[in-house]
Amino acid sequence: MSRTRFRQGHCGQCQRSPVELLSETRAFFQGAIFQKHHYFSTLGSNNTSGGGDEQKETISVTFVSKDGEEIPIRVPIGTSMLEAAHQNDIELEGACEGSLACSTCHVIVMDMEHYNKLEEPSDEENDMLDLAFGLTETSRLGCQIIARPELDGIRLAIPAATRNFAVDGYVAKPH
Amino acid sequence: MAIFGARRFLWRSFSTISSHPLRVCIVGSGPAGFYTAEKILKTHQGSQVDIIDRLPTPYGLVRSGVAPDHPETKNVINQFSRVAQNGRCSFLGNVALGYSISLVELRELYHVVVLAYGAESDRVVGIPGEDLKGVHSAREFVWWYNGHPYGRNLDPDLKNTDTAVILGQGNVALDVARILLRPTSELAITDIASHALTALEQSSIRKVYLVGRRGPVQAACTAKELREVLGIKDLYIHIKETDLKITPADEEEMKNSRIHRRIYELLSKAATAGPSQPSSGQRELHFVFFRQPDRFLESYDKKRYVSGVHLEKTTLKGIGSGKQIAIGTGQFENLSCGIVLKSIGYKSVPVDDLPFDNQKGVVPNVKGRVLSDNSGDPTSIENGLYVCGWLKRGPTGIIATNLYCAEETVTSLSEDLELGVLASTTRLPKLGRDGLLQILDNRNVRVVPFSAWERIDKEEKRLGSLRNKPREKLTSWEELLKVAGSE
Repeated sequence: MSRTRFRQGHCGQCQRSPVELLSETRAFFQGAIFQKHHYFSTLGSNNTSGGGDEQKETISVTFVSKDGEEIPIRVPIGTSMLEAAHQNDIELEGACEGSLACSTCHVIVMDMEHYNKLEEPSDEENDMLDLAFGLTETSRLGCQIIARPELDGIRLAIPAATRNFAVDGYVAKPH
Repeated sequence: MAIFGARRFLWRSFSTISSHPLRVCIVGSGPAGFYTAEKILKTHQGSQVDIIDRLPTPYGLVRSGVAPDHPETKNVINQFSRVAQNGRCSFLGNVALGYSISLVELRELYHVVVLAYGAESDRVVGIPGEDLKGVHSAREFVWWYNGHPYGRNLDPDLKNTDTAVILGQGNVALDVARILLRPTSELAITDIASHALTALEQSSIRKVYLVGRRGPVQAACTAKELREVLGIKDLYIHIKETDLKITPADEEEMKNSRIHRRIYELLSKAATAGPSQPSSGQRELHFVFFRQPDRFLESYDKKRYVSGVHLEKTTLKGIGSGKQIAIGTGQFENLSCGIVLKSIGYKSVPVDDLPFDNQKGVVPNVKGRVLSDNSGDPTSIENGLYVCGWLKRGPTGIIATNLYCAEETVTSLSEDLELGVLASTTRLPKLGRDGLLQILDNRNVRVVPFSAWERIDKEEKRLGSLRNKPREKLTSWEELLKVAGSE
């Protein structure tokens, strides 16, 4: 549901709440799409999106976009980083929709401590990582990182197309 | 970073400054076309994007190239159909560049034209016997089993032989090998074209040879596909252990490439894992390295039919910057077979009034901006004409490669708009979609809009459900246009 909203972001035909429309209009006139993201994600920070019946425990995750923008969100335990990105309108591609048949949800874990807490990638994930653009030593597929309490505070950078692109001074080491 | 942000601000408000919408025509509805459309729609509010394709069905190679047993790879179609359903986007199928409408006409109708029509032809091996019956291009074979309207009459003979030779060891070669060797019961529940399923069920092919000019370290396939073909149930795999010997140059190549390292490991394991002989009746897959085709052999009993490939042994030679090429050694051997599938690369096809580099098989360009000629002079640019995908980069890469390719092309377009490079055209309104549809109507072209494709889609799924398949593809123009209905 939220993913559809994300994908039809600029389509005039989708159903959206007045609050979102307001933020979209504001963003349009100011041209400051970054503000829109922040506004939306602060709104969303206490929501448990994804249809959970009870208040699910959440962890804090910060995405760093291709342009260096930091987007802090809260992710329910058991949700993948790809789903979380889409639920929060974060621009992370997911061509194969989480079925380990592409590498477009590639993210870079920004510190070794959190990277080491992740389970080893499966052969299937490694096969896809082979093809990821701008692969680094701490690269993983967003659809395979599932929120757990130990991952609280994890920071994930979305790689830009070019290998040399530096995000806030963070330079991805070539793998 | 701040500059980048400011640019995006300018791009997004472009259409509010200009009094008429930016009209874009994208030729080709595969991943390159759709990722480009998506980015333009997002970056340029108010832009109108039309995507034309010469087939009535969209999605390019996602529909006609991705193997039937790889359904997850096709999930990206969901994303593309959302783009097509955007109010500012129109898919117009059954419109062929160079036939229904010319490039010159499109450039007149639209402010911007992006060519993303891929590569519909093949590299030729260029050796004697290439025109013998039974020698096919893998591209056509893939079209055949994927139900492309141009593939349905291929009619490959799978009954006259038990051996197929595939030239090439890339992912397309592995796809073809897999489709020939997989138990047909597994293929029967995919969206494989029924004429192909029937032929495969009657096929007598039991042995497939994948022949590469160079060694296991240089094999062009990727790990997922290799792992999959090695894991086919009850398949005997043969790899010569001597082929696995690596040189310092090979080690250097592997040091710099994770993909090649992992491919080599998979092949090494497979060479020693299974039994040393096939059991009776078992299907076989042989990886043949360091062999290049010298000529195709003609059968004595069946005139004009292929009966084998005359192969020359090769050795590797370094040509600098870590690359090694294959050099013939003058030693030859024959490999008997009844069918050959050439999987050595696709090739793009030029159209009138389009600069084209025949050697590289691409449109000359700088970051997606089409250049007026092949001289490489970056200042001679064809304003308003861009290129994306295989037509821009050559026929390599995966679906996701087009994501970045589209980003680069759309960035070039956006820069050109911002810097006023296209001001002479964007100053004026263009007829765009209305103008195009008028011309096509005058020429009696039956345009297939997205809603009509949705009728085809629904019918294919309905027919598929009757046979426990995700869809049963309609494979003739007549059927496709009939179900699409008239517009």
